[in-house]
Amino acid sequence: MSEQIDLSIEEIRQISVLTRIAMTEDELDVMRAQMSNILDSVAILNEVDTEDVEPTGHSVNIKSVMREDQIQDSLTQDETLLNAPRRDGSFIRIKAVLE
Amino acid sequence: MESVNLETITIAEARRLLDNKEVSAVELTKNYLDRIKNFEKDIDAYVTVTEDRALEDANLADKRIGEGTQTNLTGIPMQLKDNICYSGIPTTCSSKMLENFVPPFDASVSTYLKNENSVLLGKGNLDEFAMGSSTENSALKSTKNPWDTNRVPGGSSGGPAAAVAASECVFSLGSDTGGSIRQPASLCGVVGMKPTYGLVSRFGLVAFASSLDQIGPLTKSVEDSALVLQSIAGHDSRDSTSLDVKIPDYFSNLTTDLKGFKIGIPKEYFIEGISPGVEKSILDSVEVLRGLGADVKEVSLPHTKYALAVYYIIAPSEASANLARYDGVKYGFSEKDAETMWAGLEKTRSNGFGPEVKRRIMLGAYALSAGYYDAFYLKAQKVRTLIRQEFEDVFKDVDVLAMPTSPTTAFKIGDKIDDPLQMYLNDIFTIPANIAGIPGISIPAGMVNGLPVGLQFMAGTLQETNLFKAAYAYEQATEWHNQFPSI
Repeated sequence: MSEQIDLSIEEIRQISVLTRIAMTEDELDVMRAQMSNILDSVAILNEVDTEDVEPTGHSVNIKSVMREDQIQDSLTQDETLLNAPRRDGSFIRIKAVLE
Repeated sequence: MESVNLETITIAEARRLLDNKEVSAVELTKNYLDRIKNFEKDIDAYVTVTEDRALEDANLADKRIGEGTQTNLTGIPMQLKDNICYSGIPTTCSSKMLENFVPPFDASVSTYLKNENSVLLGKGNLDEFAMGSSTENSALKSTKNPWDTNRVPGGSSGGPAAAVAASECVFSLGSDTGGSIRQPASLCGVVGMKPTYGLVSRFGLVAFASSLDQIGPLTKSVEDSALVLQSIAGHDSRDSTSLDVKIPDYFSNLTTDLKGFKIGIPKEYFIEGISPGVEKSILDSVEVLRGLGADVKEVSLPHTKYALAVYYIIAPSEASANLARYDGVKYGFSEKDAETMWAGLEKTRSNGFGPEVKRRIMLGAYALSAGYYDAFYLKAQKVRTLIRQEFEDVFKDVDVLAMPTSPTTAFKIGDKIDDPLQMYLNDIFTIPANIAGIPGISIPAGMVNGLPVGLQFMAGTLQETNLFKAAYAYEQATEWHNQFPSI
């Protein structure tokens, strides 16, 4: 990211496919300009010497949390499926996966 | 009932009135519901008003007060930002994607407030999925600033900040990923506080950027801020990033004497782009702090200028992963007009998300993608380390830092919405605290052309008592918190 960032329409189209967000040609064009701008502004990070610097994932030191496997009350199946857009009894119904 | 001035009432004052039986929780709640009816058409701070729930909660609170078993927040009418789940009440995130989503469970903070029999008045508006600094990104409505309804309330917790400023609730809970509690608090002239990362459980907070998100209070006073934090802070096994630490008594340090208290003024927060009125208010505030006996000195945090860039890599990256769950299958908006599951998925996400959310998801996906991961995401995480270390070092020297919350006062609705980069600059002074995970608070500290200015304090990790100490002393020495918008 050392030179001016100029994303291509093809790159944006590929990200739109990866993120499963369908876009019109006009939308792709606007997104290309805006993302190029934003990525340009973050190129300032290249100035910083990060040789031998460890990355920070979380701001506080957190270790993996383990606990005993205990049986507890949880939501009922009906409560869990309450918000499903399409239901079939105790199942979620979806469109065909294979064409 | 006794006449209660809702404009000036704080939690502490409401507690006294309720405990002395000068007013019942039901009466107090009805007063707020009336006020909401009168002012919502001008302010639009609420996505949902939960009148029945509120009256039921108030009845339970009155019973408890009758039994003498009340706690700090029993019977206090409040609001929750609409990205905090409350069982049986819609949680929309102000997004078309979740417009009809009704969570079957409570966020941990909702459970804590329920256990105290607080009164839920409703859910507060926000920028869609908490992404924004003006609440204009809400897919449902645009909240107005009570000080000038042609202006934004800030964001993303614009609904909560405006509701507290317009006295449409006693307090509200917001979430802060890059300044989303403190910046709107500043623009609306209320107290907004972001706790140390991990101090308040995120369970049931709809995730935006998981390593940065934190729930905190928006209130009318510093004392109220401490009161609410006392109730919601603490370890929760349902949030794997929750800190298992002893919660101090946040009141013990609320004194008006700052003798020997060390306050650092980071010069990097007084930069080009800050409005002269805001700068003057903050420099005047520094003199007030000095007058209270504080030992004030200039400090330097040279990596500050990189915080915004770090944020706009890390936050969208985490958002792109978190928001992958919205597929129109399990819950939320679902585009039914599609032949296959894949086509439905694409249409659902295309029509369910607004422009800013799409922008961040795509930006994040790009920064995480093969070939760019090291250059963007890993680089940002490394600079994050340097920013964090810089704060750790400075807090060896000073107890708190004081700086402006936002470079400007509230701007006009529509002014910045078409320029994402310009909008992002609103959070330039608040983002560093999220990057480092440290606590911050914004309190009213001036007026410029009839619009509030916020003074921000930051403290070291888990040093909330220092934060409250500085904020309380300043508040008690000034009159800014006693000014209310005429709406």
